[in-house]
Amino acid sequence: MMMNQNIKTILWVAVAFLGAFAVAGIALNRGESINALWLITAAVCIYAIGYRFYAAWIAAKVLVIDETRATPAERLDNGRDFVPTNKWVVFGHHFAAIAGPGPLIGPTLAAQFGYLPGTLWILIGAVLGGAVQDMVTLFFSTRRNGRSLGQMARDEIGVVGGSAALIGTFLIMIILIAVLGLVVVNAMKHSPWATSTVAATIPIAMIVGVYMRNIRPGRVLEASIIGVVLLLLSVGLGGWVDHHETLRPLFDHDGLPLAYAIILYGFAAAVLPVWLLLAPRDYLSTFMKLGTILLLAIAIIILRPEIHMPAVTQFVDGTGPIFGGKLFPFVFITIACGAISGFHALIASGTTPKLLGNERDIRMIGYGGMLLESFVAIMAMIAATVLEPGVFFAINSPAGVVGKEAVDAVAKINSWGFAVTVEQMQQLASDMGETTLFSRTGGAPSLAVGMASIFGSAFGKELLALWYHFAIMFEAIFILTTLDAGTRVGRFMLQDLLGNFNKKLGETSYTPSVILTSSIVVVGWGYFLYIGVIDPNGGVNILWPLFGIANQMLAAIALCVATGILVKSGKLRYAWVTGLPLVWLVIITTTAAYEKIFSADVRVGFFAAANDMSSKLALGLLPPEKAAVAPQLIFNQHLDAYLTLFFVVVLWVVILDMLRLCLRYLSGKPVLKLSEVPHEPSRLVEHWVRD
Amino acid sequence: MLNIFKKLWCFIRHVSGDDAYEQYLKHHAEFHQATVDAPPALSRKAFFKLWQDSKWKGINRCC
Repeated sequence: MMMNQNIKTILWVAVAFLGAFAVAGIALNRGESINALWLITAAVCIYAIGYRFYAAWIAAKVLVIDETRATPAERLDNGRDFVPTNKWVVFGHHFAAIAGPGPLIGPTLAAQFGYLPGTLWILIGAVLGGAVQDMVTLFFSTRRNGRSLGQMARDEIGVVGGSAALIGTFLIMIILIAVLGLVVVNAMKHSPWATSTVAATIPIAMIVGVYMRNIRPGRVLEASIIGVVLLLLSVGLGGWVDHHETLRPLFDHDGLPLAYAIILYGFAAAVLPVWLLLAPRDYLSTFMKLGTILLLAIAIIILRPEIHMPAVTQFVDGTGPIFGGKLFPFVFITIACGAISGFHALIASGTTPKLLGNERDIRMIGYGGMLLESFVAIMAMIAATVLEPGVFFAINSPAGVVGKEAVDAVAKINSWGFAVTVEQMQQLASDMGETTLFSRTGGAPSLAVGMASIFGSAFGKELLALWYHFAIMFEAIFILTTLDAGTRVGRFMLQDLLGNFNKKLGETSYTPSVILTSSIVVVGWGYFLYIGVIDPNGGVNILWPLFGIANQMLAAIALCVATGILVKSGKLRYAWVTGLPLVWLVIITTTAAYEKIFSADVRVGFFAAANDMSSKLALGLLPPEKAAVAPQLIFNQHLDAYLTLFFVVVLWVVILDMLRLCLRYLSGKPVLKLSEVPHEPSRLVEHWVRD
Repeated sequence: MLNIFKKLWCFIRHVSGDDAYEQYLKHHAEFHQATVDAPPALSRKAFFKLWQDSKWKGINRCC
């Protein structure tokens, strides 16, 4: 026993040393390039230590997890939504729910600062912030019959906190969907192969849906296998369409028509029954996601690719081409998912606590699930930074920054000190089966090129074009799932709200209400998507930071709720566990919001950009195509500024409300009672003990 | 060896929800058989409908 203990201690010390060595290696390396395996090693060691020590300590000392206590799944078991479930199954569901396209896009964009800042933030943010948020939210929701974040905020802090969480959720959804839609549009723009493949995913999902619902009810696996095979065929078929004279023009479009198509599609998806489109596509996207991430991890380990991006680029000064703004605070805003994401708090207080069989699994599902998502973000960072930096910037820099013509773009990128040639980009595009890869801002195409070159080197170079379009399809399929699911949730939230004024409008099956609320939600994100597409600077540079600020604001609200509960439970001395990440989030969101509103830099400040454009418009300095859209862009910049202001005000209102509550509690005044459900012994544990 | 594959297959079915109906029947037999006026178990189709619809009521997909 003693011997065993010593071996364990030695092992953990070794892990700690290896991790420290790897982190020092990636942080201090200033040579030509560094192997991706260093990043993987650093990540795995840091996660292992965080999970084994920090998470275990939080579970035992801060939350005081009680294995003998019956979970809501056991107490309220109804065989449908409350079901005590195997912990690996819950882990699978939880991970599938939290890991969307966010951890793939954010790190890709943030790679403009070099590989180091993003990587460090992903690792530290996840271990001390994101994973803690997910775990404590899951715990508190489990102790409250699986209540949602909004309900917990209302019960524990007050009406103000509850409403703030609700409004925040709704607005994040709108901006998230818009920016994801934009990423898909940028990937499909003038790419018949990508467009036809993505279009094919819709009828494929419907076939799977009908199969699962009517032909062989409930045979989820059979249906999914059929769907995955069809999806793979559609990637090949896209290549055929690309070379077909009459079919090709049908799928070759500008950004705007594609945006309209996505808007129409989003409306249809929100109105159609879930079983036909949303549910079956979700199965397909989950399988594709798990399969591809596993494949990518294997390929990276087999291949051990070199990272070509410098550790830190000159763009930390705020002049970056993909989005403007200095390293602080913008790297922390750009990478939300993968480090800390407020959206997860909605999942951790949604389906997951209703499936949890025992409280002891909270560490693995809440903390462990987030670590795995963080690992996905690290892989996205690797896929983006194994590209030659010149190629990375050529793909991701919007035409408004580097110029429309290939020669101009290459000259501009060369002037930054990154080597790339027109021929190189042409060769790359033709390898990938595309006409051009310039200015495909948004992260999906550069990630696809990175993935294709990793897969290509590991499993055969001839198939580069297939791998590229496979990666595009893979990203598009779960971006579209988030888009459908988000629009639908937005619709439910709105119907819930309208139900307070008119009972009929609150009914989820009342057709006029369905059409009205779906339209409002779709018009909401459709507007931002439209502006993003007509914006010559690519739109992502405006929308992604806005999404990041909103997402971090939601995380701050979740941490406020958790800190408030800790203080009210008499655990003031542990309140720093959630308080520390909260303070950090407040600092970065407030600074970022301040800069987005007041900065004089036209690439950062919304008002500065609006004023700059109005004066240029008044002086007639804009080329006609820009002048035509300028009034809309100016209006949008103002709108974005007020939206940012609104986010920050909401955040501070919740924080002050939480502080007021804590002060009242600490000075012995009455506060809202803890809404924790009383202890009930678990019968499942008893059975287990008796057996 | 065969046993491992069998276990793996069961696990995959369980994770994906492929065996949700069987689990429901088990739950039904265990909890609702005792009472005299217990409702009969749902058909596979009806159960799947209910299961799928309740799964997509709230927020279950993220960024």
